[in-house]
Parts: sequence; C-alpha cells; structure tokens
Amino acid sequence: MDTKLDVISLHAWFGTHHVLQDITLKMPERAVTAIIGPSGCGKSTLIRCLNRMHEVVPGARASGKVLLDGEDIYAPGVDPVQVRAKVGMVFQRPNPFPTMSVFDNVAAGLRLNGVRRSRRELAAVVEHSLRQAALWDEVKDSLRASGVSLSGGQQQRLCIARALAVEPEVILMDEPCSALDPIATAHVEDLIHELKEHYTIVIVTHNMQQAARVSDLTAFMYLGSLVESGPTERIFTTPEKKETEDYITGRFG
Amino acid sequence: MHYARRRLVNVAAQSLAVLCTVAVLIPLVLILGYLVAKGVTSLNLDFFTQLPKPVGEPGGGMANAIVGTLILIGLACAFAVPLGVLTGVYLSEYGHGRFGWSVRFCADVLTGVPSIVIAIYAYTLIVKPLHSFSAYAGGWALGVIMLPIVTRTAEEMVKLVPGSLREASLALGVPAWRTTLWVVLRTARGGIVTGIMLAVARIAGETAPLLFTAFGNQFWHHGLGGPISSLPVQIYTYAISPFDDWHRQAWAGALVLLALIAFTSLAVRLLTRGRLRPAL
Repeated sequence: MDTKLDVISLHAWFGTHHVLQDITLKMPERAVTAIIGPSGCGKSTLIRCLNRMHEVVPGARASGKVLLDGEDIYAPGVDPVQVRAKVGMVFQRPNPFPTMSVFDNVAAGLRLNGVRRSRRELAAVVEHSLRQAALWDEVKDSLRASGVSLSGGQQQRLCIARALAVEPEVILMDEPCSALDPIATAHVEDLIHELKEHYTIVIVTHNMQQAARVSDLTAFMYLGSLVESGPTERIFTTPEKKETEDYITGRFG
Repeated sequence: MHYARRRLVNVAAQSLAVLCTVAVLIPLVLILGYLVAKGVTSLNLDFFTQLPKPVGEPGGGMANAIVGTLILIGLACAFAVPLGVLTGVYLSEYGHGRFGWSVRFCADVLTGVPSIVIAIYAYTLIVKPLHSFSAYAGGWALGVIMLPIVTRTAEEMVKLVPGSLREASLALGVPAWRTTLWVVLRTARGGIVTGIMLAVARIAGETAPLLFTAFGNQFWHHGLGGPISSLPVQIYTYAISPFDDWHRQAWAGALVLLALIAFTSLAVRLLTRGRLRPAL
C-alpha cells in the first residue's frame, strides 16, 4: 500500500503547552488508520494537524512535516484552505449548519467555495454524496427539511456526506461515534468499511473495540507521544510495548 | 414536612413573579389603551393622505410626516446597519485585543450620550457646512444613536454561534471570510434582526435629534437635502400648541407611529425568519 500521509517529527503546542512530541507515522492510502489512547493524549490534536485545523485555535502552533502525497502541507506558501479541501474532517459532535436544509448542508462546501455549478450538477453531487454516506434512502423525500431535525446518527452521516461532497482524498474522523447510540454507531462503522474503497481514512477513537473492528492500522498514543503503531491485528494481539498492552487490556486508561 | 415547605416557597416565588409581571404590564396596557382611545377618534383617511392644514382650518393630515419618518429611519438604517453589523462581527471574531476593548468601550459610552448632544454633533457636521437643515442630517443623527445598539447586539449574537459551525465550514476548505459571511452571520441572523428592530423602535420616536437636523416641514419635502417632516417632531409641535384640534391630531400621530413600528417589526421578522421545516 502506498503511503498517503507521512507525518515526520511533528510537534504541536497550545501556547507553551507541548501537546505533541515528535510524532512520526505513515498512513497508507485507501486504508483506515485508527489512533487510540487515553483522554488528553493528543490524538485529536494529531488529526487536527493533518488538515491544518490545529492552528485555528488561538495560540496553537505546530512544527515538523506532514507529507500529503509527498508534498509537505506545512511548507511555506501552502494555503491551509487548499489543504482542507483535500483533507476533509468529521467531528465528534454532529454539526450540520442549523440554518440550512439537508440539501444545502451537503451542497455547502461547493457553494461556499464559490464553485459555480448548475442546479442539476449540484443535485447530482448531493445525491451521490448522500448515497455514499448511506443516508440517501432515509432523506430523499425530505431534502428541503432542516438538517438539524434529523436524528443524531443521521446528522453525523449528513456531516460525512457534506465532507464527501467536496471530493476530498483523505477523511479525518475525530471520535465520530462518541455522541451516537450503538445502532447509529454500527451504521457509521459499516460506512467506514465502504468508504475506504475510495478514501484514506484516519479515525480517532476512545473505543478499542471500534478500532479493532474498523481499522487496518492502529497507532497508540500516550502523553503526547506515539508509543507504538502497526497492523491492527498485531497491536491487539502481540503489542511490543508494555504501555500498549496495559491500555488494550484495560489495566489503565 | 420538607416537601410542604418547598411547595410553599415555590408558590410564593411563582406568585411574586406573576405579580411583578402584572405590575409591569399595567402601565403598558394603560398607556396603549389611552393612546388608542384618544388617537383612534381623530384617525381617518385624510390623516394618511393630506398635508397639515393651517391653524383654524379643520381636517388635514400628517402624510408628509409619515413619509418623512420612514425616509429618516431608512437613511439611519442604510448607514447604521451595515456599519454596526460588521463592527459587531469584528468585535466578536477578532476584537480580543486592546483595540477591540476600546471600540466596545466607545460603543457603550455612545449608548449613554443624550440624543440632543448627538443632534448638536450632526448639526455641526452636516447642517452648518451645508447651510441647510436636511433629511441627511436627521438620518445621520438617528443612525449614530442606532449604531452602538446594533453593534453590541450583533457582537453578542455572533458570539452565540457555536465554534463547531466555524470549524465545520473551515474543514470543508471554505476561506475564513466566506465562513464568517455565509455561515456565522447566517446563523446569527435572527438575533441580529431583532437587535436592529429594537434599535429602529428606539430611534423612531426620537424627537430631540431631529429638532435642528431634519428640522420639520409643513409641506412635502423637496429632496433629501432640505428640511423634512417627521412624526415625532410633528407630534411635539402639535402637542405643545394651544389648539384642541392639533392636540387630537398629535394623539393620532402617536398612535400611527406606534403602529408603524409594530408593523415593521412584525413584517421584518416574518420576512427574515428561516423557512425550513423539520424532517418527517
């Protein structure tokens, strides 16, 4: 598998607080990489560094390299807006735009980016994205309804469809199921399986069973450092480091 | 025992709240009732279509003043709404430093400046150099009164927009300025509109800032560069006159002014509210 994202000696700070220390990690193309670790270990910060969302927080900065298809997204002159169009993100809590309909939510990325498209092209993109997000059959008759009136699980899939509509290459998911019930979680996990045919997926999760179920590669982080990474099966059966074993067997965390 | 006591305290607190609400409502209802009773008898079609008649002649209306008030409010909004909303957005999104603090402080001080002082300011700035009372000067004075109200409400409303929506938009590869204009402002729209309507209600009844800016006019105005009539000034002139007929007309004018504000508020709210229905 080719490497899609190559993180090299990445450090990140919030003010003077050094939250990521020297992270080096390769994420393969068209595969799911899971990042696990206890709360506050820096896993969310790590994926927010992958599409330059980390620096949106006042006082936050990062150093090091993140190569996307071999090109450093932190190189001088790189526009973070362009990076984010290629590396989409789904957040912990579903956050559809409350003033927009289901249709407009999915079309938002294209419209707000000033891409001019005919009504018909837009409708095609919206339908395709909603189908990819396994939501089309549930909302096809209420595209004009408010996005926030859907159930939590549907809202999260709406957010996934919204991210897919701008045709990213990578999708980052920051604990996408932590606000969902088990059924909605199963929906999203099935979806991740289908999406990895076309996209590179990086998912942060608290839930180790989830990491085991959906991912091909797993990286374990602790206290801002990467402890160990490798094929999911190996990490969960024969971890090399003691911290990893303690965490996945539930001895701490 | 504890439960009985808690219920008693609950009943007492609730009664107190209801009592206070009623106490606040009584004067409001009395004023409204008196205004309607006094005003409605002098209202007729002529009031909305005719110019004021000279003293002693019965009849006539305040058509020029109604139009004048609408024009003055329009001018004030044209200046204060864009400036105020954008300043509010700036304060909320970027105004964390010393400059933001100063702007906020100035806006708060401006809210407390007596309207007559703002009239003098508009007089010095516009009436004096142009050697003429004008609708522009009146609109400017009213706009200056509106400005801090619009600014501070817009700021508060924009602050209420959850950060997760900004992040959602940025993560789609939308530039920050488009995010602010199309996601943040759109989400805060309802609250901002309410703030603007409150500001309009506040200035619509202002008399002092118009006395020597828009001045007043017993006839139709000739362009916006000349004196223009307005309901508050007309009401004031009529109310302090010694003629019963004028007093009646002043009551009618007050009623019309009130209705005007109520209807614009309602209309603007209906026009700007979201049209989304919930999913089935």
